[in-house]
Amino acid sequence: MLLPSDFPIFENVEMSAISSTYALVRKDIQSELRTRYALNALLMFVVTSVATILFALRSDQPTSTVLSGMYWVVVFFTAMSSLSRIFVSEEERGTTMTLQLVASPSVVYFGKLMFNTVLTLSLTLAVTVLYMIVFSAFFKIETVSIFIITVILGSLGFASAATIIAAIVAKANTRGTLYPVLSFPILIVLLITVMNATAKSLDGEPLSAAMGDFQVLVGYILAMTGGSYLLFEYVWKD
Amino acid sequence: MNAAKYGSIILITIVLIAALAIPLSPSPQSWLEFPVIPALEQKARNIFFHVPVAWTTVVAFLVGTYYGYRYLKTKNIDYDLKSVSAAGLGLLFCFLATITGALWAKFNWGSFWNWDPRQTSIFVLLLIYGAYFALRSAVDTEEKRATLSAVYSIIAGITVPFFIFVMPRIMGGLHPGAKGDPQGAGPVVQFTMSSNMLVVFLMGLLGFTLLFIWLLNLRVRTARLEYEHSIQQS
Repeated sequence: MLLPSDFPIFENVEMSAISSTYALVRKDIQSELRTRYALNALLMFVVTSVATILFALRSDQPTSTVLSGMYWVVVFFTAMSSLSRIFVSEEERGTTMTLQLVASPSVVYFGKLMFNTVLTLSLTLAVTVLYMIVFSAFFKIETVSIFIITVILGSLGFASAATIIAAIVAKANTRGTLYPVLSFPILIVLLITVMNATAKSLDGEPLSAAMGDFQVLVGYILAMTGGSYLLFEYVWKD
Repeated sequence: MNAAKYGSIILITIVLIAALAIPLSPSPQSWLEFPVIPALEQKARNIFFHVPVAWTTVVAFLVGTYYGYRYLKTKNIDYDLKSVSAAGLGLLFCFLATITGALWAKFNWGSFWNWDPRQTSIFVLLLIYGAYFALRSAVDTEEKRATLSAVYSIIAGITVPFFIFVMPRIMGGLHPGAKGDPQGAGPVVQFTMSSNMLVVFLMGLLGFTLLFIWLLNLRVRTARLEYEHSIQQS
């Protein structure tokens, strides 16, 4: 049972934006580590979907395009199964009102965004490690720099779009099914770009070849984060 | 509104007749002859319908997003009625643009659908509209539904420039304006049309825009009546 006194955020309301954002992220990570609900579900989802891909491929030799596509399909659906928790759990536990009282909307938004980014990054890490083990013959990252930058920017982009959609979905009735439906049209630009860049890293193209993709990703992250920051207050305040 | 009503009826009738009836000629002499465009030939007539309908889809999307934004600013439910009416019409025009485009693609490129950047964009626009109405049906209270759908339409609007400006440059395609097109990969397709085709084309753009304004007005008025009716009942 979590009590308000468990969280430093409730003790001293007169905190700066940065320290209260940090307190919010810490509170989310702490409560996640206590239940491990999202982490466990996420890990099982990754294992299940990669196993399904293995059954489907049997002994075929997948090309780099297929592998990078599958990689982000797994990331997309796993993210869709767990990233909405961030706001839905607040609604279910009935802590939304308290959070509205103690923290400003921008603090809540950036706190939740950071937590979702951490979650997406750990998710991509899990998928990458699993891919390297089960597809060791085909999943060879030739240009490591492209791969690392793509995964980091991709995770940021995923989290930035998924957070605002999660905030919307938490206020609706049919949360589970609605989340991927609302997210997919928003994420499709990002998905096409990261699949493109990941295929380049598997094909061993030089870093300069993926510059255009990175520009799209950075533009997407900035536009999405800025837009969500401006709009979040309308969704968050009832 | 009568101006939009009669304007659209007259303009679209003229465009319908002119686009279908004016004969093609390899070396047009008079005003009542269209030049033959290599590879397009008779299929070029579709440009008078496909492009104006696609244009109206974008106008409807912008209008819907704009009224969503006004709703967030003022919290006046009338703006939400306008926003959802524009979105409904946008969905209708989006279907029309997809169908006319797919038919044109079938007879010019060989298949109804081949994931050209523009086809991807219109597909995503359909998905956005679908998601928008799915979201609206999942929220019970009037104000919450209006707020959430307004926020969603603005968030979706943020991604639209990526489709118009960015995607065609990254992906190759057959549609004019795609990467590898000799006219350059730009958002605006450079039209080199003969002057009489251009007149019919512009009349089509104006006619379908006026049609949208007329239909929007009708839908907003019925939506207001339905809203008042639902208030009185409850």
